[in-house]
Amino acid sequence: MIRSLRWKGAAFTVPFQLGFVFLYLLPIGYAVYESLYREQQSGLGLGGATERFAGLDNYRHGFTDSAFMGSVLRVVLFACVQIPVMLLVSLVLALFLDSLASKAASRFRIMLLVPYMIPGVVAAIVWINLYSPDVGPLTPLGKVFGFDWNFFAPSMVWPSIGNLLTWHGVGYNMVIIYSALQGVPRELFEAARLDGASERRIALSIKIPYVRGALVLTGMLSIIQMLQIFNEPALFRNVTPQTVTDSFTPIMIIYNQAFNAGNYHYAAALSVLLALILGVASFLFYRLTSREAD
Amino acid sequence: MTLTEERPRTRQVRRFSRPDPTSGSRGGQRFLLVGLVLASAYSLFPVWWLLVAATKNRTDLYQSNGLWFSGMHLWDNLHEVFTYQDGIFLRWTANSLLYAGVGSLAGTLLALATGYGLARFDFPGRGIVFACVVGSFLIPIALLTLPLYLLFSKIGLVDTAWAMLIPCLINPFSVYLAKVYTEATIPFELLEAARIDGAGELRIFFSIVLRMMTTGGATVFLLAFVNTWNAFFLPLTLLRGKENWTLNLGLYNWSGTRLESGVDLTGLVLTGALLSIVPMAVMMVAMRRYWRTGVTLGALK
Repeated sequence: MIRSLRWKGAAFTVPFQLGFVFLYLLPIGYAVYESLYREQQSGLGLGGATERFAGLDNYRHGFTDSAFMGSVLRVVLFACVQIPVMLLVSLVLALFLDSLASKAASRFRIMLLVPYMIPGVVAAIVWINLYSPDVGPLTPLGKVFGFDWNFFAPSMVWPSIGNLLTWHGVGYNMVIIYSALQGVPRELFEAARLDGASERRIALSIKIPYVRGALVLTGMLSIIQMLQIFNEPALFRNVTPQTVTDSFTPIMIIYNQAFNAGNYHYAAALSVLLALILGVASFLFYRLTSREAD
Repeated sequence: MTLTEERPRTRQVRRFSRPDPTSGSRGGQRFLLVGLVLASAYSLFPVWWLLVAATKNRTDLYQSNGLWFSGMHLWDNLHEVFTYQDGIFLRWTANSLLYAGVGSLAGTLLALATGYGLARFDFPGRGIVFACVVGSFLIPIALLTLPLYLLFSKIGLVDTAWAMLIPCLINPFSVYLAKVYTEATIPFELLEAARIDGAGELRIFFSIVLRMMTTGGATVFLLAFVNTWNAFFLPLTLLRGKENWTLNLGLYNWSGTRLESGVDLTGLVLTGALLSIVPMAVMMVAMRRYWRTGVTLGALK
């Protein structure tokens, strides 16, 4: 390519590069910088606070902070249950759709995608009210069958949030898996049928291996989102502040450290720590799923 | 994998050898249908409940069957939502539309230029820029938002519309999509021909590339719009005063006041929640052609 043309091409990306520097690199650098300092009260705390270099103290504190590490563990455990359930339901529905005539399939697909159209905050508001013993239909329904559900009890909060996330996410994940299924060469099925394979056998041995890539992708996206879960617990906190504490998830702790405790330095360290945890989790997931493929 | 390669192939395959649906057993088909009907009911019933709840007055909301109508008070509820606290709900709607509409439009244009530059020019540093784009998918929002709050408060942008609009300009995922779309729709030969005819690079971009990228651009815009409309953590952090809030923030605030002051805003929150779905639904239905390719394209990430 001619030299001047190269630079003209680069010019198309310059606005983005500048923006990226100011909105991504600079803030990250600033967060790392802030995380290495701490605020120190001078003398009796009368002269105001001064910033002191603290090295890795904030990180050391973060690693041993049982509230923070506990919240990470809580979210990871939850992810280990909710994500497989959601992906399994999505996969099964995608396989069901794939076996239908395309007209019926597209009708069901639209209905299953309705939750995806609803903003996450609104979805949480709707489900919180469905769960509510005062206005929700689920509590009286449970009574009919002899259950006395309390969706906001400590043991029920995660299942309640899990159901909300599954409801919200199944349609989207199903569409990704379904479109991967559409790419499977149909001749394979014909050949398998001629060899006497049942429909279930075809699904298990041909279709599912074929959509592995889509499953890994949806799994990865779900993990990244889950470790950063904030909206749903924040809305649940409006209803049950005793159960959903202000240190329920990592991002809630970071938010509270920054804006309620006014401890930006520690909040910055925790957010860098969370980024590292996210990177490690994604890497492990990627290694685990790609090794199985060999 | 590119769009142009993939789509005709599946279509062709489907036409010739789509398995006929009766090939499975009768019982098997019935089982599939029952499963799908149940899943659809599960997907739809909360929305149905919300729709019904928005038509009820306070007494019926608490006392009548949640899944069926009882008296028609939708207009009263709408009136209440739009007049409560001097009509602040309308303000929030306008804000959400402004942030999502203007922010996504500007962000999309910028993403298309960047994607085009990355896909069709070979300049030093291209690999680094692309690595930044992909790498940023892994950055937690808190890591960006908190320092952004500090930086923005230093230059006086916190609690202004700019605090929402400026971050919308830079959307790495949009850039990624724009690059994929450019690779699929803009042939090198066409650019060469335009250059030989003496067209400048800017002119080529604005009058040829942008026109050919209408579909891709619309998808990028739609996804960015949905993203901004759904945003919660960013506005929660950067917007303090009620007048600049988004619909999401406003509804969050209303649903929280129930506890604090003993005022029951449940009906208000539910009607507001229903209203806040409307623009999204209209957008998505009107642009469903783009939306479908966009959702699928996410799979190529």
